[in-house]
Amino acid sequence: MGPQATTELLTILNERFPGAAEPSEYEGLVVAPARLLEVATFLRDEMGYRYLSLVSGVDYPQPTARFPARFEVVYHLFRESGGPLTLHVHADRDDPVVPSVVSIWPAANVHERETWDLMGIRFAGHPNLRRILLWEGFEGHPLRKDWHEVYYEADRKPFESRYPNGQPVMAEERAPLGDNLRYPPGWSPKEWQCLAEEAVYAPLEARPGGNGRRMPTDQVVVNLGPQHPSTHGVLRMVARLDGETIQQLEPVIGYLHRCHEKIGERNTWLANMPYTDRLDYVSSMSNNFGYAIAVEKLLGVEVPERAEYIRVIMAELTRIVRHLISIGSFTSDIGVYLTGMLYALEERELILDLFEMASGSRMMCNYFRFGGVARDLPEGWIPLAKELVYERLPRRIDEMERFTFNEVFRARSVGVGVLPADKAIAYGCTGPLLRASGVPYDVRRAEPYSLYGELDWDVAVAYNGDIHDRFVVRFEEMRQSLRIIRQALERMPEGPVLAGKVQPAVKVPAGEAYGRVEAPLGELGFYLVSDGSANPHRYRIRAPSFANLGVLGELCKGHLIADVVAILASIDITLGEVDR
Amino acid sequence: MTTQDARLPEVPPELRNNVRIGPLDWLSPLYNWSRKRSLWPLFGGLACCAFEMIAAAAARFDQARFGMEIVRPSPRQADLMIVSGTVTKRMAPQIVRLYNQMPEPKYVIAMGACAISGGPFKEGYNVVSGVDKLIPVDVYVPGCPPRPEALYNAFLALHAKWDRERLSQLRWYRKDVADEGIPVPELGPDLVDWRVVAKLQATEE
Ligand code: SF4
Repeated sequence: MGPQATTELLTILNERFPGAAEPSEYEGLVVAPARLLEVATFLRDEMGYRYLSLVSGVDYPQPTARFPARFEVVYHLFRESGGPLTLHVHADRDDPVVPSVVSIWPAANVHERETWDLMGIRFAGHPNLRRILLWEGFEGHPLRKDWHEVYYEADRKPFESRYPNGQPVMAEERAPLGDNLRYPPGWSPKEWQCLAEEAVYAPLEARPGGNGRRMPTDQVVVNLGPQHPSTHGVLRMVARLDGETIQQLEPVIGYLHRCHEKIGERNTWLANMPYTDRLDYVSSMSNNFGYAIAVEKLLGVEVPERAEYIRVIMAELTRIVRHLISIGSFTSDIGVYLTGMLYALEERELILDLFEMASGSRMMCNYFRFGGVARDLPEGWIPLAKELVYERLPRRIDEMERFTFNEVFRARSVGVGVLPADKAIAYGCTGPLLRASGVPYDVRRAEPYSLYGELDWDVAVAYNGDIHDRFVVRFEEMRQSLRIIRQALERMPEGPVLAGKVQPAVKVPAGEAYGRVEAPLGELGFYLVSDGSANPHRYRIRAPSFANLGVLGELCKGHLIADVVAILASIDITLGEVDR
Repeated sequence: MTTQDARLPEVPPELRNNVRIGPLDWLSPLYNWSRKRSLWPLFGGLACCAFEMIAAAAARFDQARFGMEIVRPSPRQADLMIVSGTVTKRMAPQIVRLYNQMPEPKYVIAMGACAISGGPFKEGYNVVSGVDKLIPVDVYVPGCPPRPEALYNAFLALHAKWDRERLSQLRWYRKDVADEGIPVPELGPDLVDWRVVAKLQATEE
């Protein structure tokens, strides 16, 4: 949203709600906490901002140019097309409380829980404000600027003490316990009780089951994961069952919480690029893309044309890999064991070869730079890519698609886990999950970035919103990706691939930006706040599978326990991104 | 047999030439050879490295050549744990519990920088600095992620390790070492690792 549109909106808001909003320091509006709910309802119902993408907390321990020291809650809202509307709500540093918007956008549920967990901002009126990534009983709220880890050394990297006298110092040598552990002073293990497990089961108290049928039965609580072959990593779910029917299901996450944002706020801007690889680790190139776009918004650099073409080709190849994997893992989850996965991995290897040629690494490519890509394509890359996208992949995709006509596949997927369109939007679902519910929303079309405005392609949509349609969408998307890659390969010009010089420590002008791309799993966004230095002040990731997972409980309700893995596989999550 | 171990049951003199009681070390080569060809890894990936582990199992690299394509989701049937990814504090109790549930003889491969030391995420507040802080590790595979070839090298290193092992030294065969398992850590204000806590209390007293 440009400055002019913001001013117009501010005028409208000031007429309706005098004194409720004012311009913020960089982007969007500041809304008074007491008026937030009215303003939000108005924005959703009358201005069309039906999709809440992200809720973030930002800590400002020092006063900034116009506002005092504070906590800020930032909301990113979207309409059918165009950039974000950014709302800021200020909260007191000693007792931060902000009204919850879950009643307006259910999507806020998981984001607000995360903000409470990591930033310690309470949301008044939230139905279920518990920790989400860390466990109940953890000491402190780690993303606050004054909270330090055991291995804490300095606020900014590179650390100066790394090599005193040329000798490396192990982090363990500096930690008091010789390990990444710390207990509060006076804490005694004898009097302490573990609360973490109880808190997991707390929302699922057992109730009498049987629905009035003759035999009296009890409902049972069942645990799936985190060590389970079908949870795609270390996801855990606790479910309350009546017989075999799911009454309630809660995903329990955080088993792969790697403190991405805390580490990212200490890294230099460029040093975060390899970390983004490890978000959705199957599609590292898309993650690079999102981060590069967000930082380029702040830097204001132009990307050379050849680099744009390379970026698009890489992002679309990544989409094919990711969708292949998701189809392969779905087949193994519904009982084909490894056959489907083997087909998917065979093609994946060929695409990874291309990635390796270009970037030097199979999985963690770290290939994008601010203003281009790290290096040009090597000789022989384009003929190989052409052979793959013109000859081999189309045939393989057709071949794998036959699987969706299979009787067993249809029996397990048609009409299972149906997600209606309005619910999908309300819960902030994106990606194939949303498009399978009949909503043709794709970031590449809604807010075109890079070359997507110029190339010829269609948004894949299906209308039933069940598991089957999610895979129909994925197959169609792979075909569209091939179409995009073919055009890009034909039209790619010669020229430089990186604007300016390679700079290991760029200084980014003060400001905030929200950059987003359509990653294979949905909208991947980066909300960045810069204070003008060589490290981000706030580095916040909007992970598509984290938001999509918020709807899992709803989708599973009323289905059999055996359908849970199928529904989960059709949402398609990557734990690296869910937990970050 | 001339001398007899006092701990073993006594063999009557007329049977001394027929019954062998004592360490079965002469069987070790056979035992090791057969183990090499039927290693059952535990199914379960932790993070990014898991994908290279899956790639190692799939068509191009083909783990079946090592007789280890039978990947077991249950720790009770597995004898190799490949720790493929970042071990977080929240996951630590489960890792230790899984390890305790695996039957002897059991081996652990720490795959990737994260499992070795915490890797790129070492300074994180929820990250364990290497899985060897929790369970004993046999082979370390550097890389982020290690290529499938590197993982194969780790399997070969494990085989080489077995070649030097004798039955009488294995924990399950020895009667003098009690297997009580590793105390499972719990989630408190931080990860409550009972071994660290015990040390801490000892220094306080
Ligand atoms: S070592 Fe690297 S690839 Fe492996 S889990 Fe850690 S971050 Fe991921």
